[in-house]
Amino acid sequence: MTIHEFLVPPAVACQRAGPHDQIVMSSRVRLARNLKKHPFPSWAKKPDRLRVLEAIQPAVETLPQLAPHFAAAMDDLTPLDKQILVERHLISREHAAKGAGSGLVVNQEETLCVMINEEDHLRMQALRPGLQIKACWQAIDDLDSALEPKLDFAFTPELGYLTACPTNLGTGIRVSAMLHLPGLVLAEEITRIINAANKLNFAVRGLYGEGTEALGNVFQVSNQMTLGESEPQIIERISKALNQIIEEEENARLLLMEKKSKIVFNHIGRAYGVLANAHTITSKETMNLLSLLRLGGELGLFTKLDRSLTDEMFLLTQPAHLQQQHTEKLGAEERDILRATMLRTRLRDIPRPQAPE
Amino acid sequence: MLCNACKQNEAKVHLTKIVGDKMQKVDLCEDCSKDKGVDDPTSYSDLLMGLSAEPVPSEPEPAAEPGAKCPACGYSQADFKKAGRFGCSECYDTFGEGLVVMLKTMHKGTRHTGKVPAALHQSRVEAQKVKLLQKRLDKAITEENFEEAAQLRDEIKRLK
Repeated sequence: MTIHEFLVPPAVACQRAGPHDQIVMSSRVRLARNLKKHPFPSWAKKPDRLRVLEAIQPAVETLPQLAPHFAAAMDDLTPLDKQILVERHLISREHAAKGAGSGLVVNQEETLCVMINEEDHLRMQALRPGLQIKACWQAIDDLDSALEPKLDFAFTPELGYLTACPTNLGTGIRVSAMLHLPGLVLAEEITRIINAANKLNFAVRGLYGEGTEALGNVFQVSNQMTLGESEPQIIERISKALNQIIEEEENARLLLMEKKSKIVFNHIGRAYGVLANAHTITSKETMNLLSLLRLGGELGLFTKLDRSLTDEMFLLTQPAHLQQQHTEKLGAEERDILRATMLRTRLRDIPRPQAPE
Repeated sequence: MLCNACKQNEAKVHLTKIVGDKMQKVDLCEDCSKDKGVDDPTSYSDLLMGLSAEPVPSEPEPAAEPGAKCPACGYSQADFKKAGRFGCSECYDTFGEGLVVMLKTMHKGTRHTGKVPAALHQSRVEAQKVKLLQKRLDKAITEENFEEAAQLRDEIKRLK
């Protein structure tokens, strides 16, 4: 079975809902773990990495928490498979670049995903739609505890879980939420928010994590400190910050509608115009305009536009997902044309936005 | 505070590098930090290596363990400087000196207070109990409360 056959189609995946999902697209908690007496992946030679993969993968695959699951060695996946997994936020771009000696185990719900031999021997993550940090932590804590008797983790009482990079030392936890913040971007408040988050020692990144652009007004907020605080303390601290950002985004939207509604309607109307009528469009422009369409839906400007549809289009118009729908190899220009065709078709039955009287 | 690079704008990005027990700081404005690619935290340590050479004259490396290699995996201090990552879990022992200073700049604290593997947790709970009893024992002795002291001593013996 290929990964495409295993994962549910985007139309179904985008139906998944969660608390605050108008603003919080998804929550994630990731734990980093390493085995004793084995060099870390980036320093390990290929036979070492293969040994670690052979020790970890079967242990992970027997966990009932992951059933039904898909497992693969990274060198058995095609570049397209890997890119699909990145676009679904199941693996990091770093992991997609790995070959022999690295592996992946993901469950069908896409709520648990384990990367083997990424930067650490084990990077396991729990994902949920909307704001569900605590549920993510419980799921991944449970998975970690279930692996404990099977694998010998590198741990000392003083430094906690030992990781390849000392920035992950201790708890090895990375808590993050993917936020859709078009209101704060339009109100030009986003820089203030990012600076405030940075001051609290939270990182704010783009759509695909480290070193990526905030396309489609999507931002990832995550903790950076992993040592000296317990997991619940870290979760408590970032939850507070996230709730504050959610409130700021809600306020920004209200204020925009009150004071600058023409500007907002103009942006959304033009976004609809381009998406519903373009004959060629890049994925970057698509993401930025779909963000405005999503906002329009939430502001009640569209009568027949579900969030699941904008989210589905957001995913389906990404390069690898677009390529996957076509058997022949597409160039960038062909993709732009096919992307526009798909958007015109999908938006044919969505009436144009109406500003309230 | 002004940016170290352009010396015009206010510094908004502050980087700190620790070599041995020496700390070096770089303060940059947003524009210069972008120019130097500081917005990507993966290359955090590489950046510090590259940047600190300019504004802050770098001291010779501490003579502590020149060329010391991790006995478990063969990783060297120089490798760590280049990659910002360790070679294996034993490296934390090998290169332990100076680690605390570096951790202070990265984290809230330098001691782990989070999850402990269940097997270790049990022994830790007992160790803490012993510590607590030991404290009470010391107090009992200073207060010349020998009857309690004897009880506590027996209890500690049993736990150990």
